[in-house]
Amino acid sequence: MSWRREWSRIRAIVWKDLTAERRTKANFNAVLFFAVLTLMLFGFAFGPDTETTRSAAAGIIWLTILFAGVLSFNRSYEQELEGGSLDALLLYPGERRSIFIGKLLANLGFVLLVEGIMVPAAGLLYQLPLGRAPGRIALVLLLGSIGFVTLGTFYAAMASRVRAREVLLPLLLFPMLIPLLLGAVQSTAALLGGDLMGNAGSWIRLLVVFDVIFIAVCLLAFDHVIEE
Amino acid sequence: MRVRSASPPRLPKWVSVFGAVSVILLITSQALALFGTPPDRDMGETMKILYVHVPSAWIAFLAFGTVAFGSVMYLWKRDLRFDVFAAAAAELGTVLIALTIVQGSIWARPTWGVWWTWDPRLTTTAIMLLVYAGYLALRSFTDDEERRARWSAAVGIIGAINVPIVWYSVKWWRTIHQVQSTTESVDDIFLAAFLLNLATFTLFFVYLLLTRFHVAQLERAADARLEERAIGGVIHV
Repeated sequence: MSWRREWSRIRAIVWKDLTAERRTKANFNAVLFFAVLTLMLFGFAFGPDTETTRSAAAGIIWLTILFAGVLSFNRSYEQELEGGSLDALLLYPGERRSIFIGKLLANLGFVLLVEGIMVPAAGLLYQLPLGRAPGRIALVLLLGSIGFVTLGTFYAAMASRVRAREVLLPLLLFPMLIPLLLGAVQSTAALLGGDLMGNAGSWIRLLVVFDVIFIAVCLLAFDHVIEE
Repeated sequence: MRVRSASPPRLPKWVSVFGAVSVILLITSQALALFGTPPDRDMGETMKILYVHVPSAWIAFLAFGTVAFGSVMYLWKRDLRFDVFAAAAAELGTVLIALTIVQGSIWARPTWGVWWTWDPRLTTTAIMLLVYAGYLALRSFTDDEERRARWSAAVGIIGAINVPIVWYSVKWWRTIHQVQSTTESVDDIFLAAFLLNLATFTLFFVYLLLTRFHVAQLERAADARLEERAIGGVIHV
């Protein structure tokens, strides 16, 4: 296996997925508005007291990321299934896992873009001190999103091809994400509060461990999931 | 054209005998534990849930270990019997883990004063229930036998890997659970009754697993026969 050739395959898949998305924008806009809508709904549910919404904000942000993100994973395969292009993709020579890595990176780019708009919006709505540790908050968002998108891309490869895919994907995915949710929410909350207890670091390490384990496992298992 | 089918697999006689014996042993050991041991010094009669609760939790974990084992074996050998075996264990494990949670709740109410707390063991158990509910849902939504086997094997393995991670993360998050009693702090009679029940529960679980495995094979044979009739030929399962 030549790494350079695999890398060019991965890049081609990322390019293809992101270009399809960029040319229509329909999905990005819909998911983004859904995310902002969810932020508003949480605001109505917990507000109007600023203190209450601020203390719940880390949890609200991550639940919104999960709810919005899960909408986009199935689509990344549905697009392929509709045109019958998944079969073509599988026929090309090379490693199956390049398809997985390509889809993972495209989904990651998509989710990070949504977060790039949605998190500042949450900062405005809930009056959060995002400027307190912008670098580390961005790091937590990145690490949390990597784990989320890895498992999301993996499970969507199955869920997108069965009946009841809308409910099956979150049913499979969310229980697996509980360690990630704990790590992401706790570290975000700690950083927003100034991290006086120095807790954020250990939760960030948990996110790194989670990411490494599931990237490895999903890469190993993907061959079995996609083969036809 | 005349259609002839192979006769469906029969449940071996020793399994039925084994089942009858395990049921008798289970009832006896439960009766012994309930009526034959004195109430606990601190917890009184509520402590007797130990003889049901811990064995069902143990069996549930054993069942999920079996799912992971069957899944790995299927991906390695590609023999559908391993897949059916894993599925049988997953069904049993799901029922038992639900029972474990209900029993724990019943015990927690008089002991801790609440039906539910977010402690690591409780929470991990509940998350396992959800993971394996997802496993069973995926199976029921996937029609193709071979695809279902591959997919559920992947989900079964990844779900098992997640269990320790969930446990440690929830433990960091919060902990107030009753610390496991070591054998030193437990009187011999409690320990003997407990271990006896653990053994009889395990035997009963093995019987249920064998029977469920057999039923699943009958289902496969029945499906094959339906297909045979539809196309008018013989299919070997």
